[in-house]
Amino acid sequence: MAESGTERRVGFFTDTTLCIGCKACEVACKEWNDVPADGFDFLGMSYDNTGELSADSWRHVAFIEQVVPDASASEPGLRWLMSSDVCKHCTHAACLDVCPTGAIFRTEFDTVVVQADVCNGCGYCVSACPFGVIGQREGDGRAWKCTMCYDRLHGGLEPACAKACPTASIQFGPLDELRIRARDRVEELHERGVSSARLYLDGDNDGIGGAGAFFLLLDEPEVYGLPPDPVVPTRDLASAWRAAAASGVALVAGVALAFARDRR
Amino acid sequence: MGADELRTYYDRPVLKAPTWRFWIPSYFFLGGTAAGSSLLAAGADAIGDARLRRAARVTALAALGGGAVALVADLGRPERFHHMLRVFRPSSPMNMGSWVLAAYGPAVGVAALADVSGRAPLLGKVATWSAAALAPAVATYTGVLVADTAIPAWHGARTVLPGLFAAGAAASSGGVVAAIVPDAAPARRVALGGVAAELALSSALVKSLPDDVGAAYLEGRAGRLRRAATGLSLAGAGTCAAGASMRAGRAGRLLTRFGGVAIALGAAVERFAVVEAGRASANDPRATIGPQRRTAAAKGIDGPDEGLAAQ
Repeated sequence: MAESGTERRVGFFTDTTLCIGCKACEVACKEWNDVPADGFDFLGMSYDNTGELSADSWRHVAFIEQVVPDASASEPGLRWLMSSDVCKHCTHAACLDVCPTGAIFRTEFDTVVVQADVCNGCGYCVSACPFGVIGQREGDGRAWKCTMCYDRLHGGLEPACAKACPTASIQFGPLDELRIRARDRVEELHERGVSSARLYLDGDNDGIGGAGAFFLLLDEPEVYGLPPDPVVPTRDLASAWRAAAASGVALVAGVALAFARDRR
Repeated sequence: MGADELRTYYDRPVLKAPTWRFWIPSYFFLGGTAAGSSLLAAGADAIGDARLRRAARVTALAALGGGAVALVADLGRPERFHHMLRVFRPSSPMNMGSWVLAAYGPAVGVAALADVSGRAPLLGKVATWSAAALAPAVATYTGVLVADTAIPAWHGARTVLPGLFAAGAAASSGGVVAAIVPDAAPARRVALGGVAAELALSSALVKSLPDDVGAAYLEGRAGRLRRAATGLSLAGAGTCAAGASMRAGRAGRLLTRFGGVAIALGAAVERFAVVEAGRASANDPRATIGPQRRTAAAKGIDGPDEGLAAQ
């Protein structure tokens, strides 16, 4: 896509089979980016007390506990799925498309970043994001989300979350290389009998034209709170404008008709 | 696969609910009222009805003024409202709407001021017709705006919402102007036509959506608001029509005024219902996942997982 891409497109490959749920990514992100507290809540959902990505949570580790039949044991076993979610840095980014101020832009690394000094807090991006990533910060009024550590990228460093991940579940690098690595990993897992391993958002032909952050999952995306077939809403913008044009004509015709009988 | 088989992450929403507070549906109503009034002002100008023209011009300015305040008040950083005009971005209906309003607002202001002051009638005429030319865009872009989101109840209704908002614009402007000038037959006709279109499109909207998405308009707060809107619109239309049939009496005019106000209120409540339905839709993970599961299945993307046992 690289409309302003003077650099190679970079991204995250999050291999959830390696995630141990330590939340070091959440903490490192908060530390580096000065992200304020997101509330001191116990949500009662496994070990997840973050709940969701938001203006104040740019990484979110999901914890899923599943009872699975185990052929070798008499009782069913328990399996844990853990996954660190993040902004997808979509090729066709809804937040960027709808932003009326130009506060959200595509960087030279093909990532999507909000300029805090421009955002006026209209909230349009919040409703437009098909992943529910970006949010409005309370008391601040502006929209915030993952920047893929834009400042660190400028310094040639990897994002804080990837740096802090102790198991290489979060891998950072040129997107094309990550995609090859991810496919090899899925093949390896399938050979080892993990048939449910699948990649999510790993191609360019989905409803968002490909993502800068993609995932290796062990179950359907919705189990992790991810939309199974996300679409950038602006894909259908033309049909809405066509309806508006037709409605506008009908409105004018209706009003003209209301006056027709009284025409002098 | 049935809706109850859908899997979610602890029933938590996939999407974020709109951040928009009551200001935004209020603006949808006020902006629509202004747009419809601008068309009424041009119509009144065409038939030479000075009373109707003044009522419509002043209504347009008052509604737009209130709408502008609502738009700025809803921003997280109101002092940066002018950032809306920093860029020209066709992919953002909000940005397009801001540019339209930037041209429409001054036209509405000049038209009303020229009328009330009695000065520069030619300038007032030009302003009135300029405002009328922009009015269809003002009345409908808000429908495009909400449709251009990830929220299923809005995005799925993208071909109906602009029409519903245009119908609401006709109903509310006709209602308000008829309440001011109850003798003006064109205003009453616009109000009644608007109500008819509004009711038809409101039900078409729900029918156009799959059940798991359309439910957002029928249940809970949004459903109650929608039923209240229908009640107000119908009662208002009945009262307005009854008042008009009573032949220029004082009681007839009073009925028309009441009817006009009820019609406008109905259109206002309808906008709140649409926004509430969007909120409910965003908060319902099944409304997001259900339709996407169906499109994914149609495309042959990974189906329901049978491979759990293979660990």
